[in-house]
Amino acid sequence: MAVLALCVLVIFLDLRTPWLGWVRYVGGYFSGPVHYLAHLPVSMGSWVSDQARSTEDLRDDNQRLERQLLILQQKAQRLAVLEAENVRLRELLNSSARLDARVFVAEIIGIDADPNRQEMVVNRGASGQVFRGQAVLDANGLIGQVIEVGPLASRVLLVTDATHAMSVQVNRNGMRTLVAGTGHPDRLRLLYVPDTADIVVGDLLVSTGLGRRYPAGYPVATVSSVESVPGQAFLQVEARPTAHLDRVSHVLLVAPAEMPAEQEMAP
Amino acid sequence: MRRQSTSGTPVIIASLLACAWLEVLPLPDAVAFLRPAWLLLALIYWTIALPHRIGVVWAALVGLFQDVLAGTVLGQHALAMVVVVYIAQSVYKRMRVFPPLQQSAVVFMLAGVASLISFQVQDIAGRAHVSPLVMLAGAVSSAVLWRPVMHALRWTRRRFLVR
Repeated sequence: MAVLALCVLVIFLDLRTPWLGWVRYVGGYFSGPVHYLAHLPVSMGSWVSDQARSTEDLRDDNQRLERQLLILQQKAQRLAVLEAENVRLRELLNSSARLDARVFVAEIIGIDADPNRQEMVVNRGASGQVFRGQAVLDANGLIGQVIEVGPLASRVLLVTDATHAMSVQVNRNGMRTLVAGTGHPDRLRLLYVPDTADIVVGDLLVSTGLGRRYPAGYPVATVSSVESVPGQAFLQVEARPTAHLDRVSHVLLVAPAEMPAEQEMAP
Repeated sequence: MRRQSTSGTPVIIASLLACAWLEVLPLPDAVAFLRPAWLLLALIYWTIALPHRIGVVWAALVGLFQDVLAGTVLGQHALAMVVVVYIAQSVYKRMRVFPPLQQSAVVFMLAGVASLISFQVQDIAGRAHVSPLVMLAGAVSSAVLWRPVMHALRWTRRRFLVR
């Protein structure tokens, strides 16, 4: 009975207060290695397939990557000019310059076993300069944010989690809206889009940086369906995340130019 | 007269850690909801085998560890496991003599109770949107896998003289 009451008390404390963070941190010393071990079959599988690749495959890969590099370098040349121009224009407008963010790479070592949650575990912890609220990207777009930093590993909440919502704007016309997760790995929902809004299928949604959690200007999702329901005040808009949430193995953690003070987690 | 000393705590902890490993092992999305409650199965076994040692305190600690491991609300699995182990402790004598099918049925009910308690706590936390019937699929697979798990753990117990 006493143990039962204790459990209920713990649930209450963990839901309503931040006091039990140390339990998770201490537990992280034990759960971290378990996550690393659970990742072992996956990394061994990819190691074996790496070893078994033929020279021909590697040569093909190399050629493809070189072509890709050439194209990206060409784009980067233009980017430098555009960036300089952007800074000049911003100076003309007297608005603050955007700071470039540094990124570092982390490997995903665990995805959540619970179908109610859209989370993943990455292999960088408190010693790897990870902090709570840090934005996480892959090569194609935003993935989510760090919600828990352990000693050996950290936990990332994906944008598709049902408790996650963020501010985005339509890249085409700058219209701001909110995008919320549905708990389904490739579906997002746009909230409170008025019936008259200019939004069409295929529109790219990028982060606005409002809420000061995510850096501005990273792609989040593309609109996949727009449906007007007669009698409803808002459009029903669904979007698909641009990041490959179910296929990535490495992610990028964005470190802003200056480290932020500890911020409260948005529920 | 038998000596009433205890031994083999490291073996119990190792078996529980192995089950924790199975809990977080990546599974394809299509079968993820069929993942059996490995830790709960091991805990039920140890409760039935060593009811004088493994009780609600172990259940609470193992449950807390699973909460940290899975990132759920602290106390969610702990509460479920405490209730299940309490029930298991009160029926362990009958469980030992049940035929296999009946044993699996009891395990199904215990795992079902655990997953429904977990569901309830998740609901309070505001993040239960998968139907509880889907979560019961895990209880079915737990019941199916109960016999193999029991035999493996019984072998372990006899091999390492845990008592």
